[in-house]
Amino acid sequence: MKKKYSIFSLAKNALSGHKDWPKMWRSPEPREFYDVIIIGGGGHGLGTAYYLAKEHGLKNIAVIEKGWLGGGNTGRNTTIIRSNYLWDDSAHLYEHSLKLWENLSSELNYNVMFSQRGVMNLAHNEHDIKEIKRRVSANNLNGIDSFWLSKEEIQKKVPIMNTDNLRYPVLGASYQPRGGVARHDAIAWGFAMRADEMGVDIIQNCEAHQIRTKNGTIEGVETSKGFLRANKIGVVASGHTGVLAESAGIRLPLQSKPLQALVSEPIKPIIDTVVMSSAVHAYVSQSDKGELVIGAGTDSYNSFTQRGGFNIIEDTIRAMVELYPVFGKMKMLRQWGGIVDICPDASPIISKCDIEGLFFNCGWGTGGFKATPGSANVFAHTIAKNEPHQINSAFNLDRFASGRLVDEHGAAAVAH
Amino acid sequence: MLIINCPYCGPRDQSEFSNGGEAHVKRPDGSKEIGDREWGEYVFIRANPKGLFYERWVHTHGCRKWFNCVRDTSTDEILVTYKLYEKKPNLNNFKSVVKTPSGEPEVGSGNFTVEK
Repeated sequence: MKKKYSIFSLAKNALSGHKDWPKMWRSPEPREFYDVIIIGGGGHGLGTAYYLAKEHGLKNIAVIEKGWLGGGNTGRNTTIIRSNYLWDDSAHLYEHSLKLWENLSSELNYNVMFSQRGVMNLAHNEHDIKEIKRRVSANNLNGIDSFWLSKEEIQKKVPIMNTDNLRYPVLGASYQPRGGVARHDAIAWGFAMRADEMGVDIIQNCEAHQIRTKNGTIEGVETSKGFLRANKIGVVASGHTGVLAESAGIRLPLQSKPLQALVSEPIKPIIDTVVMSSAVHAYVSQSDKGELVIGAGTDSYNSFTQRGGFNIIEDTIRAMVELYPVFGKMKMLRQWGGIVDICPDASPIISKCDIEGLFFNCGWGTGGFKATPGSANVFAHTIAKNEPHQINSAFNLDRFASGRLVDEHGAAAVAH
Repeated sequence: MLIINCPYCGPRDQSEFSNGGEAHVKRPDGSKEIGDREWGEYVFIRANPKGLFYERWVHTHGCRKWFNCVRDTSTDEILVTYKLYEKKPNLNNFKSVVKTPSGEPEVGSGNFTVEK
């Protein structure tokens, strides 16, 4: 039955002490065979299952997840959403996603708390100015809202920012008003609930061990809950995608590194937009609870430890305190790391491969959250039709042989 | 943060070093004959195991020498460092703590860095 959330259901359940809310999704035991198995129960994976069921009429689908839904990078990012990427290919992909975000709460009848509070990318030197202005122009040509803010306009928007008295003064910024933040759990839960209603089996605590193939065709996947046969498998396992690909004999151009984030103690509203600076490496927004959500960088070495080096946080905090001296005495509540899979060109891979029936959606590196619905939507298309959607055709694996890379090191706000 | 044992200077703080990615990568022979795909693999694809990993480091703010290392990427434990011309150690000499390919080790992942 389709679950509906409204002010009435809230009132009704409040009377019974919130003990009788229906379970949002079933927890079925896996069946022996599925048309499609999605490995990875984060936003991208659950979204893929949702769009496969909704737009492509597939019913026999499973999502397997080694931990709990949204417990990987979906729950470990800084939830920033924007589409101001330089190249046409990426602009189309991220804009597709942003448009889906704008309608997602009503489509899912589940509040993903998408708050379009604007995203600012700061320029700290002459080169930044030129690169960012170029990006603004490229965005405008692609119909993406983006414009240049002078220092004075920045000061008006973010009065707490120290623009002058620092080593790399703030000289201007790009601004995308339609950008913003969303609730990370809600996107996973919303997709999971609606996919489950359409018959998708969501199987948690089910770790994929090995992808099995036979004569270049997919057979299925060995999991901690036994062997599951499948016609098609989509791997959306972020940092662990390379490990799973290896088990099927595929080498992917990915390197896995911890990317850290941290949140402060909650304070009263002080910053009502998202400010990112890749040059001094600090980006910040304020959550609805009042915590500052701060993004740090990746470690220089490969690692799967979901922890990250302390020196990375030190760098970020140094930059934060310089940019916002008012935060100098705040305490940080929590710090964590997520394992991101980074591609040589800082662009994702949404592609089929040499093995028939095996598909990858990976390489999102440090910026996958914003793309969640868009990536899921075009990946579902790729799996269902056995060929890429027009939007993701450039993000194939062949580009590492042809050399037609989509180099987004400039637009991927975190320098890596 | 890691303490890295530079084979020339001894144990030093990680902030003195820079990471150089996978070690023992061999440039393919006959670059005129090999196809785009093989060449692309050499240029773009590097090993990315969860577990034992051969990698390179350089002591940037020290002796500035390059050296190799075996590190467990699931725990960040550095198992051995050795000079560039030394033979690469056999990985069978080390115990891998990851039981399944994408499983987590009991100690060393997340913030669980010591035994409870």
